[in-house]
Amino acid sequence: MSSQPRPSKSPRPNWVSTRNPCKACAPLGAALVMRGIEGALPFLHGSQGCATYMRRYLISHFREPMDIATSGFSEATTIFGGEKNLCQGLDNVTSQYHPALIGIATTCLTETIGEDMHGMLHQYRARPGEADDPLLVHVSTPAYSGTHIDGFNDAVRAVVEQLAEAGHAPSAYLENFVNVFPGLVSSEDLRFLKEVCADFALPATLFPDYSETLDGPSMEIYKKIPEGGTSLAALRATPSAKASIELGRTLRQKRTAASFLQERFSVPAKRIGLPIGINESDSFFAALEKLSGHKTPEKYTRERGRLVDAYVDGHKYLFGKRALIIGDEDMVVGLTSFLAETGVLPVLCASGGKSGAFARSIAEVTTHLREPAMVREGVDFMTIAEELALKDLKPDFVIGSSKAAKLARTLGVPLIRLGFPIHDRIGGQRILHLGYRGAQQLFDLVVNTLLEVKQDSNSIGYSYL
Amino acid sequence: MSVDPRVLKEEILQIYPKKLRQKRSDSIVINEHREDGTVPEIKANVRSNPGIITQRGCTYAGCKGVVIGPSRDILSLVHGPIGCSFYAWLTRRNQTRPESPEAQNFINYCLSTDMQEENIVFGGEKKLKEAVREAFHLFHPKAIAIFSTCPVGLIGDDVHAVAREMKAELGINIFGFSCEGYRGVSQSAGHHIANNGLFKHIIGNDETPHPEKFKVNLLGEYNIGGDGFVLEDILSRCGIKQISTFSGNSTYDTMANSHTADLNLVMCHRSINYVAEMMEKRFGIPWMKVNFIGATATAKSLRRIGEYFEDDGLKARIEEVIAEEMAKVEAVQAVVKSRCQGKTAMLFVGGSRAHHYQQLFTEIGMKTVVAGYEFGHRDDYEGRKVLPGLKVDADSKNIEEIDVVPDPERYRPRRTPEQIAKLEAKTEMEFRDYVGMMPEMDSDAMVIDDISHYETERILEAYRPDIFCAGIKEKFGVQKMGIPCKQLHSYDYGGPYAGFAGAINFFNDIDRLVNMKIWRYATPPWQPPTQQPEQVAAD
Repeated sequence: MSSQPRPSKSPRPNWVSTRNPCKACAPLGAALVMRGIEGALPFLHGSQGCATYMRRYLISHFREPMDIATSGFSEATTIFGGEKNLCQGLDNVTSQYHPALIGIATTCLTETIGEDMHGMLHQYRARPGEADDPLLVHVSTPAYSGTHIDGFNDAVRAVVEQLAEAGHAPSAYLENFVNVFPGLVSSEDLRFLKEVCADFALPATLFPDYSETLDGPSMEIYKKIPEGGTSLAALRATPSAKASIELGRTLRQKRTAASFLQERFSVPAKRIGLPIGINESDSFFAALEKLSGHKTPEKYTRERGRLVDAYVDGHKYLFGKRALIIGDEDMVVGLTSFLAETGVLPVLCASGGKSGAFARSIAEVTTHLREPAMVREGVDFMTIAEELALKDLKPDFVIGSSKAAKLARTLGVPLIRLGFPIHDRIGGQRILHLGYRGAQQLFDLVVNTLLEVKQDSNSIGYSYL
Repeated sequence: MSVDPRVLKEEILQIYPKKLRQKRSDSIVINEHREDGTVPEIKANVRSNPGIITQRGCTYAGCKGVVIGPSRDILSLVHGPIGCSFYAWLTRRNQTRPESPEAQNFINYCLSTDMQEENIVFGGEKKLKEAVREAFHLFHPKAIAIFSTCPVGLIGDDVHAVAREMKAELGINIFGFSCEGYRGVSQSAGHHIANNGLFKHIIGNDETPHPEKFKVNLLGEYNIGGDGFVLEDILSRCGIKQISTFSGNSTYDTMANSHTADLNLVMCHRSINYVAEMMEKRFGIPWMKVNFIGATATAKSLRRIGEYFEDDGLKARIEEVIAEEMAKVEAVQAVVKSRCQGKTAMLFVGGSRAHHYQQLFTEIGMKTVVAGYEFGHRDDYEGRKVLPGLKVDADSKNIEEIDVVPDPERYRPRRTPEQIAKLEAKTEMEFRDYVGMMPEMDSDAMVIDDISHYETERILEAYRPDIFCAGIKEKFGVQKMGIPCKQLHSYDYGGPYAGFAGAINFFNDIDRLVNMKIWRYATPPWQPPTQQPEQVAAD
């Protein structure tokens, strides 16, 4: 690759600039959450470019339509405030889409101005003669703070906070249901979580749920707002759940939907790592057993058994292989946990996110490793490249999003694309990361990727491996 | 199928609130060729209403992503929170070909000041300066371009002052762009801001002479899918020296030296016409609109270049190239045409592409029934003859109009006004002109500026075209409806589509798309056939 900058000589220089980022901005995560609500339309309060950029970004991962409205700030709006644009925008989008809910996220522009969203939306709701407005929820997502994951988690909490109503259990759920807050996972992961809960006969409110809205079928009659998503009734009823499960070891305690429901409505919150690999999935299935009162269905026991069997079969290919894992913090923690089980040596776990809990979480899931993995939070791809060179880490493969492609190519090792965003391969939304079944697919993928390298990089011409 | 566009237009408009209905009514036009040679007026380059799902981008996107970004050795540094830099990272697939493996190529990099809350509160200039120093020490570029995103203008960071200071400190060319996203109507504002920057900070910085006889620049060619490579090949085979391209496969040095050319060829009128105008005023280089999309259009554009240079040898070489290439094109064209004849297309791209690509469809017997630009102005639709009557709105007033005067030493009119007049009279070539899209479209074709997602669905339902050409934001919605969508911003990572070789690629790609059979599987055999689609949008 031309003009590859030389790795910096000085150890850990304090770079001020971000050089090839491993993170997007907060409103993107919020828009994705809003897409996981039934009948909802995401709306960004700010310049029109934000909506355009985030649409095209999410679309290139999911390969599905993704409409995001915007209040379209002009220079004058930035000076005089965006109330008029917001109201017009809500009117116009309602007339075209008839959404049940509009999920509004702010941007760096509107946060810098300090727009009073509460006040403006209150005024809008109070205007005369508009009885069947869509519901309006909003989340503050200043793009100069945190990452798309923070925007995602903050939006989950904001929606739950604003819609939750005590004592409002929809009849379909009776009283024995749980809330599941999965974090940013694939559409396939969401379908899997629903299937597992159903198999445990455990009614569950999964939020957000873009399993259908961002991976839907071809349709003869186009629906501007696709079917699917967490229902508003279910979102209202979250305080009546017997527990909330939130997935992700690095979630910020005070800022999650589950912690809100616990503090405000005494709904017990159960935090589990993203169930990737055997250990983390075991914790997840144990929690489901406890909450549902049912044993793990045979189907999953067999999946687990097959996975262990595969780990044994594939051990000779993976043992001692060195992995570089890059991505959103909880995804990296889960993948590291999985890889460490298989005999792979995670040499560097890196994320653009900076929850403060990343290093601790990696340590928790890798206690059995002889050499602890190096962990870097809040880093970019060039810093990762410099770390690799400086410490001579020599990974055999990289796990990361499409953004890691250049780094992997420079290193001359394969990239296994997992997590978000994947825009140079098809089917990122259909990758199953979770559960024993997901781990099985990941395991086969990792082993086969390494076998391909072995087969292609020598002259022997192995036809049995 | 027969659609009455006037009825359809009224149906589309009826769901809008009153004020919006009026505004959209002026941007949805039924084309006609009037006796006085004019076409109907269209409202374009006005703000998209809030809450309309527009496909438009922002000023920053036009400046950084479109115009400056494709140049490989100008290091782009984005000043702002991380998102804007991340989203504009390698999205447009501009190709470039460094001279050697060691030559500088920064297209793969994404550099940002990644502003944090404290930078918003206390100002970000200090961080920006440090980031510029880092960029310099890391890459040693010839030039660094700093792009402002929304909060920058708001908190009052002076990127231009920082650029001047760093230029003095580091001794390389450093310049800033006030291209905050809220500034203009669309990315078009960013094009203009970028054009101004190119003109002020780069063009004319290098006087290296070139001995060649026929020297041109190609403006508004961004080398998507390798289009620029195809055109470089054609021009060089004809014996025409291309000094610089703005800005596909370009370098800082070629742009700095571009004022040594004798003719500017303008491809994408919208994004680069300002540079063409300014170069003519300061250096005396005439410009003419060309179109290298479509084989016959390419041949015509090449012949015009031959006429301009008035050289029989050049004209002969051009004819040789045309003859050789046309034979190859016609072979494919005949086959594809037999499979595509009579099919219909819609085009919603850019500021010139929705016009240029109609030519390619015509060559395989396909008709464009509805078209529009995402960020075009009235002159892109109706032709530059409407320019004198255009009102400058508040948004456009925000963008600097550089007052250009002839350069005291370097102004050298390449052709006298008399020569220009003679050339214009002799052939159908026109200088400083663009006829626009509408005069070349059929009467009764629909023309829609800044089409929204809702309007897109309505026209698709009504016309059921065989292909819809737009970008990735439209693609998957259109395809859900059973109509193939060709991305003409990124070419679906295919191409090239320019010139003769490109036309062949395009014909084959369109054949594959419009004759695709996958949708016959959409309804399973055990399901009874569905009724006619209802009018879902107006419910």
